Amino acid sequence: MRILIKNGRVIDPANKIDAVHNVFIADGKIAAVGESIAGFQTDKEIDASGKLVLPGLVDLSARLREPGFEHKATIASETRAAALAGITSLTCPPDTSPVIDTPAVAKLIRQRAEYAGMSRVYSIGAATQELDGETLSELAALKEIGCVGIGNAYAPIKNPQILKRIMEYAATFDITMHLFSEDPSLRDNGCMHEGGISTRLGLPGIPEAAETAAVARDLALIADTGVRAHFCRISTGKAAQMIARAQYDGLPVTMDVCAHQLYLTDMDVGEFDSQCHVRPPLRSQRDMITLQEAVARGNISAICSDHQPHEADAKLNPFRESASGISALETLLPLTLRLADDKKLSLSDAIARVTCGPARILGINAGTLDEDRDADVIVVDPEQYWTVSEQTIQSRGKNTPFMGWDLKGVVTHTLINGAFVD
Amino acid sequence: MIRRNIQLDKNGRLRHFLTIEGLKRQVLIDILDTAESLSGVTDQSVKKVPLLRGKTIVNLFFEASTRTRTTFELAAKRLSADVLNLNISASATKKGETLLDTLANLQAMHCDMFVVRHAESGAAHFIAKHVAPHISVVNAGDGRHAHPTQAMLDMFTIRRIKGDFYPLKVAIVGDILHSRVARSQIHALTTLGVTEVRVIGPKTLLPKDVESLGVHVYHDLEKGLDDVDVVIMLRLQNERMQGAMLPSEHEYFQLYGLTEAKLEAAKPDAIVMHPGPINRGVEIESSVADGPRSVILQQVTHGIAVRMAVMSTCLGTTAQMEAQEGGAA
Repeated sequence: MRILIKNGRVIDPANKIDAVHNVFIADGKIAAVGESIAGFQTDKEIDASGKLVLPGLVDLSARLREPGFEHKATIASETRAAALAGITSLTCPPDTSPVIDTPAVAKLIRQRAEYAGMSRVYSIGAATQELDGETLSELAALKEIGCVGIGNAYAPIKNPQILKRIMEYAATFDITMHLFSEDPSLRDNGCMHEGGISTRLGLPGIPEAAETAAVARDLALIADTGVRAHFCRISTGKAAQMIARAQYDGLPVTMDVCAHQLYLTDMDVGEFDSQCHVRPPLRSQRDMITLQEAVARGNISAICSDHQPHEADAKLNPFRESASGISALETLLPLTLRLADDKKLSLSDAIARVTCGPARILGINAGTLDEDRDADVIVVDPEQYWTVSEQTIQSRGKNTPFMGWDLKGVVTHTLINGAFVD
Repeated sequence: MIRRNIQLDKNGRLRHFLTIEGLKRQVLIDILDTAESLSGVTDQSVKKVPLLRGKTIVNLFFEASTRTRTTFELAAKRLSADVLNLNISASATKKGETLLDTLANLQAMHCDMFVVRHAESGAAHFIAKHVAPHISVVNAGDGRHAHPTQAMLDMFTIRRIKGDFYPLKVAIVGDILHSRVARSQIHALTTLGVTEVRVIGPKTLLPKDVESLGVHVYHDLEKGLDDVDVVIMLRLQNERMQGAMLPSEHEYFQLYGLTEAKLEAAKPDAIVMHPGPINRGVEIESSVADGPRSVILQQVTHGIAVRMAVMSTCLGTTAQMEAQEGGAA
């Protein structure tokens, strides 16, 4: 099918494009961006005047709950919600059940995603078998089946010697190591940021040091082994600064932040609102501002959703006993656009954080509008408001602290491989 | 978005009593005044008033407690209410029933009030958010968060002996980190407008940013007790010797145990309080606990009148009482 997306403001940060252009799509690929192509027989034309035309978003972390937790959500339900929210590629962490520690599980997920026919799904392979933090997985096999990186999800790798060896092994095959840096002893039984609010609420806190101490250790090992590493879901300003300094020192490190960490703080827990029970926890105002600055500067080159859909019961408990996680696919784009609206960074840079930024970290061909690339393109009305509600959220998980918020930014069209998603 | 205080009904009257935090000074004063008028009941030979006759109060204790439960039970019975004691730790939750299902089952039995004690901070708020509109919830202690009736009986005791809150310097000594009583006391004291609230303890037993609650921090007991009018001692639990919070009860007593000698630093007419149960020789010396400045046993007596006041306020019958007595103070 030949598609023409007309007169939209095309923003393709990887190619430094931010202007009104036409986008031509043919046979599932981007034929051209810019001037008209002579003799282009359009089958379908979309008038994108007043709208944005962007590469499909790339989400570095979205839990699809399949295999193993299908009562919460499925690959079919979540990839559909993602596609409608403009996310055309997403990455699934290894903590499914069974864990993605064998090529078979990775293949299962890929096949189910292909069958659903919605967003593309990439997997992070498990660094250790069953995420036990001790036994190395078959990393080469996982890479071969298509895993875009390896990591241990939330499960700690307590022994630094073991972590060092995992990094060395991964580096052998040029595999990126995804790290969730949190010291389990300092985390203890904490469930929110340790500070004035946790003191007031009497909830056990997770100190800033739980993240910074682990980041310091991990940076030292990265320097030693030379592995390419990505820090997942940074929550403290201090850790973002430490990793930025390591970047300036030439270490091959990147980091991402959850969209909600850029808007919510520990104060939003309010009177024990379990919708704000997340991991890593919402931190202080100062952390939030420092993270925003790191995103603006590009030290944090990716914003992800960290989508974790839950069934309603999972959040219906006193705070610490409630499940942690936010259903976040559909707020990723509006919150990112809002950053630009609030003048924290340019619109083009904001888009980069959810397109080419994460794509580069994953090493995948996505997040750009290069000619001859697969046509994963979205059209967005940046001025249209929508209210976050049980009806507007397409994901099976309705667990979000943004419930009731009026957000700007509606995806009007999503194309994956040049085909429309509805 | 302005969120209404969950503790108040739509007319602004107290419906749930979950935490001191967020309540206006007048609400606290009203409870103290009601407790004052109810305290005469315990002295009568027929120790009952019919204020809550026909009402059913459920003691929903997910955490075992004999002392608090018995005072709530006594208070309810003195108000002529029917009382149901549920020791949940032994029953359904062990079989995997969710908290909400336990609640739903109880509500189906048409109760009017739940007095809740739970190991999780925020449990009382959670229950209050999910009960039917006609049911009131009183927090008998949730995790480390709050124990508001204890704080109120402490305030009642202070007011009875010292009169005015304003000029007072109050020190709370011990494990503030793990104490729901201390948190509620701090909110009550700052709301009632005392001159100064001090917390005294080693850093390992003080929560992060505790100053943000409006207190001054001391690590030296004598310095902290200097010129103080009220000394509140907290119980030291055995578990604190694990995880490197404290080396030994011996060192704790040396540094933070209240002895006659240390008490000299406070004002000559300073009173000594303790929410109980006391650990003699750990946080407090026997001669102080049994001495003339100790009001520990009076606190226990006051606990009944205060809980009667809280329960009758939440079930909305103080207005009826005032009408019955023809407005007597």
